[in-house]
Amino acid sequence: MRTKATRLQKLLLYPYGLWAILFIVVPLAFIAYYAFTDNSFAFTTENITRFFTATSSVTAEDGSVSEVHTYLLIFARSLKLAVVSTVICLLLGYPVAYIISRCNARLQSSLITIIMIPMWMNFLIRTYAWMTILQDTGILNSALTALGLSPLHIIGTESAVVIGMVYDYLPYMILPIYSVMAKLDVKLIEAARDLGCNGFSTLRRVIWPLSLPGVLSGVTMVLIPSVSTFYISQKLGSGKFFLIGDAIEGQYVANNLHFAAAIAFVMMIALLTAMALLRALADRKVSGRS
Amino acid sequence: MKTASKIYMTLAFIFLFAPIVIMLIFSFNEAKSLSVFSGFSLKWYQELMRDRETLKSVKNTLVLAASASLISTVMGTAAAVGMMKLRRRRVRKAIDTVTNIPMVNPDIITGISLMLMFVFVGRLFGSASSLSFGTMLIAHITFCLPYVILQVIPKLEQMDPSLSEAARDLGCTPVRAFFLVELPEILPGILTGAIMAFTLSLDDFVISYFTAGNGFQTLPIRIYGMTKKTVTPKMYALATLIFFAILLLLLLSNLAERKGEKE
Repeated sequence: MRTKATRLQKLLLYPYGLWAILFIVVPLAFIAYYAFTDNSFAFTTENITRFFTATSSVTAEDGSVSEVHTYLLIFARSLKLAVVSTVICLLLGYPVAYIISRCNARLQSSLITIIMIPMWMNFLIRTYAWMTILQDTGILNSALTALGLSPLHIIGTESAVVIGMVYDYLPYMILPIYSVMAKLDVKLIEAARDLGCNGFSTLRRVIWPLSLPGVLSGVTMVLIPSVSTFYISQKLGSGKFFLIGDAIEGQYVANNLHFAAAIAFVMMIALLTAMALLRALADRKVSGRS
Repeated sequence: MKTASKIYMTLAFIFLFAPIVIMLIFSFNEAKSLSVFSGFSLKWYQELMRDRETLKSVKNTLVLAASASLISTVMGTAAAVGMMKLRRRRVRKAIDTVTNIPMVNPDIITGISLMLMFVFVGRLFGSASSLSFGTMLIAHITFCLPYVILQVIPKLEQMDPSLSEAARDLGCTPVRAFFLVELPEILPGILTGAIMAFTLSLDDFVISYFTAGNGFQTLPIRIYGMTKKTVTPKMYALATLIFFAILLLLLLSNLAERKGEKE
């Protein structure tokens, strides 16, 4: 009777198991398959080679022309902007998470709801709204001129893309850090204070190491969407800053599916490696302290 | 809160809400401009109501989100119940890893990978455009499933296993025991999972973009199309309506939660 019930329960896993293989695992294999084949599905490494070797000439601001590796440059730029955005999100978000976690329970849940409201707003519209704020004739510059300050040229620069990324993904940094901090034992902080820690050293020696798991998932949740975005760079970068997501989307629109797959393949491998490294680093830090 | 904290939080909230407030204000702008306010008017709301294509995309989005969340909730709950009975660690670990993939992978990878498979299979059957409502539904179910499973598993782990054993000792069939004893216990997790699936599906742009057919347009895809051309305050009117719909939903679910706590 018991074993029959257990067997029955295990049967419930089959539809999902089948679904996961068909629509999670197999599609990933298709990325590799397309990346290593040409239009007639014959094996080739040309797509991957093209990613690493394709060059194009770039005219710098002083008029000098130089040859660059097109996709390596795009990849490096994506990585740079994503890392900068992630660091800014961490610097801005960590204090927010900390302050919220020290409030009383009622206030905590209200504040978290308020943080989450912008996430519910369509991401495309939010990004577009920033475009109207940052434009040369936009709201920010009208305000600056009204205050007698000189207007700023932000739209179409890397800073605009970073602002967009920080805005769109900041809640993803705050929420996981908050959820770890909210569970933190207050007695630990009190003990540190009693033993003579001032505010800063309590933060550095007690709160920060304990909040590392939250920081790690926050970093992951900001880094991954910002490294792979294609809408923010199109709108706020005025299409001047091609990111790796733009490259994939561009090849998709041009119906170069095999090369799109190759770019996606390289990005996936790079992200998996980065995440494994990050995890190893955090594991060492956590276990090294305890 | 200390004064410094209060100031910091205020600044953070100003940053988070500035674009939303600007959207609210400019949706009532009389002129076409999105940065110079010239007078109050409701004309963009009227224009929105006359925009058949946008209204149709709203309907499409709701149909897709309802179907995707229903199917992923049923399949995900069943999977979670089944996963609890797995004895072999390695099998459990393998399933956990696969379940994590759609959450960890960038959306663009999930979208591209499904698209490549759909196109390939479509070509095998000789059809030129294999992307449709069906492919989009499959994609949405796929990225919703992990979230449902992750909401249900902890509830199952918290549950006392002797409860359903007792029900079966008292003569319940396993199926009856599940519906009478286990299901009510894990229902909050199932509902949270279903709501998450619904909102994720409503909001998804990237995966839909790659798996959508020509005939089926969801709201995010429609908005993407709108922002490719010059945007009028009509889009802000749309955003404002969405914003208040969400606010209403949040308030209602909060009220329901409080009522549930009192009982």
